[in-house]
Amino acid sequence: MTELDIDVNELIETISHVLQHKAILQQSPKMIGIRTGGEWVAQALHAKLELEDPLAVIDISFYRDDFSKIGLNPTVKPSDIPWEVDDQHIILVDDVLYTGRTVRAAMNEIFDFGRPASITLVTLLDRKGCRELPIQADVIGMSIECNQTLKVSGPEPLTVSIVDQSEEEQA
Amino acid sequence: MSSRLSAPNLQLNELGKIKHFLTLEGLKQHHLLEILDTAESFINPQTDEIKKVPILRGKTIMNLFFEPSTRTRTTFEIAEKRLSADVASLDIATSATKKGESLLDTLWNLQAMQAHMFVIRHAESGAAHFFAQHVAPHVHVLNAGDGQHAHPTQAMLDMFTIRRHKGDIYDLNVAIVGDVLHSRVVRSQIQALSILEAREIRVIGPKTLMPTHPEAMGVHYYDNIEEGLKDVDVIIMVRLQNERMKSALIPSEKEFFKLFGLTKERLALAKPDAIVMHPGPINRGVEIDSEVADGPQSVILQQVTYGIAVRMAVMSIIMSNAAQLAQHQAEQASLELDAENEEEQE
Repeated sequence: MTELDIDVNELIETISHVLQHKAILQQSPKMIGIRTGGEWVAQALHAKLELEDPLAVIDISFYRDDFSKIGLNPTVKPSDIPWEVDDQHIILVDDVLYTGRTVRAAMNEIFDFGRPASITLVTLLDRKGCRELPIQADVIGMSIECNQTLKVSGPEPLTVSIVDQSEEEQA
Repeated sequence: MSSRLSAPNLQLNELGKIKHFLTLEGLKQHHLLEILDTAESFINPQTDEIKKVPILRGKTIMNLFFEPSTRTRTTFEIAEKRLSADVASLDIATSATKKGESLLDTLWNLQAMQAHMFVIRHAESGAAHFFAQHVAPHVHVLNAGDGQHAHPTQAMLDMFTIRRHKGDIYDLNVAIVGDVLHSRVVRSQIQALSILEAREIRVIGPKTLMPTHPEAMGVHYYDNIEEGLKDVDVIIMVRLQNERMKSALIPSEKEFFKLFGLTKERLALAKPDAIVMHPGPINRGVEIDSEVADGPQSVILQQVTYGIAVRMAVMSIIMSNAAQLAQHQAEQASLELDAENEEEQE
């Protein structure tokens, strides 16, 4: 098993560079981070892009599709979107895009607050090839293989390391 | 029925988690804290707004009110709908039981309508326990008030209100004023405050409205409200339960107000930042002065709002525990199967 540390700051730099060249940035976008890892990434991105409106945070625990299997997440906290969602251009931020189920839950929750004009999905890392829903990110910091699992910790310092399990499985 | 009221495990499942919510007796501090913390997650910290969430979609909850209620029944209904459950409310006082159907037949019929949870209010102590003993294993029972026995969700919303305003309960002196003898709310409040280790619990009122040995409940008794309110952080007023009094226990309502009514002057004896609570319905001029009920220290209406979040918490925890138990049992079953297979191979 090998561990590889990723330069998170560099990825955030890359993402904000890509976002700055997107039309959405001219439309006074608002940002939502998905608790917990997505919130940390969103905090860094929000500061870098100098967005005017405060950062929103959503906790998708109540919107997960596996409640009848695993029950409640004991650490669930209230979502906080301090502005109207209606007609806004939203940048939705998560740390890792994997099956797509978290983003499905997050979008459902956002639509319970209102009808946004658009949602742009940003993810720090994309675990390719293991999507279970037709959801893709608009901006990706870095793509990795599906069999690599990740350790994300934060918020200060925000660090990500890749754990390659394929060797372990082969051994 | 009464001999089984304290059956220790009826409301807990094999994993020690809440299965039915009948009374606070026998629950541990972690059970109560889980309810309070979960309730917190339903409330927007800035606006106090309680948002609808989809977790109980596809579940059917039936509210069976054998005794009239507006506040409790309505907040239960709103809580169920905010969890996206399907809800049916039955005013049983006016339905089939009047036609001679037994309680158990009513229960089995409603169960056959695919209910997952019953919320029960009944004038007889122990009614919710009785239901819990007879429902199918996948059905859950919540006590919304049984006779003079318990009203656990009310007590939990009171704890939630106290914690939101005054912080951790173990730091607080709490006074409960009024008809302690007949009140299921007070019984549950005292249990909750004891489990959460409140610094001091006082009960204040005439001897005729007190149990014979209030000290046995772990409280300090005061027959003088001026003395009892000194240095308290929380004042909980409770209503005179006229409908449960079988004889003249107080001379008159006016006399009661004169001796035990909460006025501005008496409130001034408590800590300056003390809060005033009342489970409702309030009788202005009997146990509480309008000036106090509507005053800046009153949190009476917030109690009602928080009642929604706390009931959402209890119901979602019960369904969550059921899901986790099913998962646990499935894992156990597959482990046993593996073990059997290994044995066969050997």
